[in-house]
Amino acid sequence: MNLAQLNVGRLVAPLDAPEMAAFVALLEPINALADDAPGFVWRFTASDTDSAVAYRHDSGDDLLINMSVWRTRQDLWNYVYRTRHLAVLQRRREWFARTVEVHSVMWWVPDGHLPTAAEGMARLARLAEHGPGPDAFTFKDFHEPSGTPA
Amino acid sequence: MTDDLAAVAALHDPVRRVLYDYVAAQGRAVGRNEAAEQAGISRTLAAFHLDKLAEAGLLEVDFMRLTEARPGPGGGRPAKVYRRGTIARTVTLPHRDYEQLAALLAEAVHDTAADDRAVAAAGVAGARLHEPGAWLATLRARGYEPYVDGARVRLRNCPFRQVAQAQPLLVCSMNLALCQGIAGGDATAELDPRPDECCVSFSKNKSH
Repeated sequence: MNLAQLNVGRLVAPLDAPEMAAFVALLEPINALADDAPGFVWRFTASDTDSAVAYRHDSGDDLLINMSVWRTRQDLWNYVYRTRHLAVLQRRREWFARTVEVHSVMWWVPDGHLPTAAEGMARLARLAEHGPGPDAFTFKDFHEPSGTPA
Repeated sequence: MTDDLAAVAALHDPVRRVLYDYVAAQGRAVGRNEAAEQAGISRTLAAFHLDKLAEAGLLEVDFMRLTEARPGPGGGRPAKVYRRGTIARTVTLPHRDYEQLAALLAEAVHDTAADDRAVAAAGVAGARLHEPGAWLATLRARGYEPYVDGARVRLRNCPFRQVAQAQPLLVCSMNLALCQGIAGGDATAELDPRPDECCVSFSKNKSH
């Protein structure tokens, strides 16, 4: 099994606005960092040619979706918190609205399965509605593939 | 608590203390021969004490082929090696549990407007610890275990590891502010995280 992760964020301005320029400039190097990270399997892109912008969700203009698949929890953790990605995360308030709604979810997928955006959003909705469980969880309330909490 | 006390008590022996400090400072697996040479004792005695430290959970044991393997029977066998254990040991009498309190506070503060204030408070605390020219000694005294890596100074140990694992964004931001304060004008602290090390590294400023 592989670990899928989705997070959404509401941008403070459209991607082509000047206040988003620093964020847009970081997308490519940070995506490249993920692609080269140990345990990286796949990440969602809007099209084969567009690796910079992940996806714009139908229901909201400035909702940005990030989705990726990793071999293990540790691989994902090391990329998110133990690479230069951490410094970008630290600046999130410059580009993303402070939000109390659930914005990040993880779930297990069979090897070779590449989740769709709709699938990821459904997992996020499940987490928001029912709290963490074997089908939708977080780093903090992690669940192993067997369905037992870590 | 009992296990922690036993583990700490295992360090009472001065030879073990030397062996533990040496292995901890290397940041890699250390073989019995190397440890014995460093402590100035026989290989057999070093092996005895290293195994005692491993039993207490202060060191972790592994087996690997060391470079000096000789040709012939048994020459290429994996050797027993030791690295510092990852479990933190604390003994406080009477019992105190600031780690749990810190974890609860971090949980409450993270992702709220108060987290900027927590980072600012860490910066002020760091600045208070700053003494011109003494930033490395201060980092050492506070358990960061700094070491030189090319042009940079890195930190082998994260003193806040347990809480940082639960709230990395908040704790690493606070730690960066703390380190920036400690370094003052002597060095520039930046977020530069690596697996199993502290999230901050430094470049020395020219005047020092």
